[in-house]
Amino acid sequence: MKSILAAAVSGFIFALGLGISGMMNPEKVIGFLDITGVWDPSLALVMGGAVAINLVLFPLILKRAKPVCEAKYEIPTNKTIDRKLVIGSVIFGIGWGIAGICPGPAIANLAILNLEIGLFVASMFVGMILFARFSHKLN
Amino acid sequence: MTISPDFTPLYSLAGGLIIGLAASLYLFTTGRIAGYSGIIGGLFKAPTVFEKWRWAFVGGTIIGGAFVVRLAPEFTADLSATSTTALVLGGLLVGFGARLGSGCTSGHGVCGLPRLSIRSLVAVGVFMTTAIVTVFVRGLL
Repeated sequence: MKSILAAAVSGFIFALGLGISGMMNPEKVIGFLDITGVWDPSLALVMGGAVAINLVLFPLILKRAKPVCEAKYEIPTNKTIDRKLVIGSVIFGIGWGIAGICPGPAIANLAILNLEIGLFVASMFVGMILFARFSHKLN
Repeated sequence: MTISPDFTPLYSLAGGLIIGLAASLYLFTTGRIAGYSGIIGGLFKAPTVFEKWRWAFVGGTIIGGAFVVRLAPEFTADLSATSTTALVLGGLLVGFGARLGSGCTSGHGVCGLPRLSIRSLVAVGVFMTTAIVTVFVRGLL
């Protein structure tokens, strides 16, 4: 139960950060990606700030024997740079460049409750379901 | 290169620090990586296992997003000028690509880079470059 609450609070704070930072606004995302136009560097500070604080906190957290609410840490262990990683990132990058919305801000924006964000999130879910259905064939 | 008058260094840095704190809180309490595509994607795994924590993280995000929508709607998405094609195609590619590449901006960027993961560094480099090229090409069309 504590773990469920912790996940909810983490998601809540994450969304507030996404909002304040400008990540929930696709125009701002596109403004950052449009480096040959009138460039908005804001998102470099979002990523920079988030990475900087985690560079300090993650090692301190991982020094502890286990997380507060669970028995062990679940950290990715795969170290192989494979085609799936690269091709997946290419596909993701194209989608991100087309709409200016990545998964976190997509979910946070659901509260707008309009057709456009619903359509984006539904399509994103379909993309994820297609992956879940066919991932075993992609090796 | 011209810097946009829309540049919001203080808000964006503050927001970035809050995002980082949320990811650290999540790791500290649950031991997991705060990557949205992984957390959401896990909902569609077969056979379906009901993992409440996934819904809790997503639910918390929606409630946090609702606060932003209520208090500062200008900070949220105005998609009225975005074509249906862009929404559907963008969504499909974001969903499928993030799963195939094992992560998105949050998992590889916010969490992977500070873990000094080479996989995440490659992923971030690739999707940033591809997104920049995509926006450039769209500008030519």
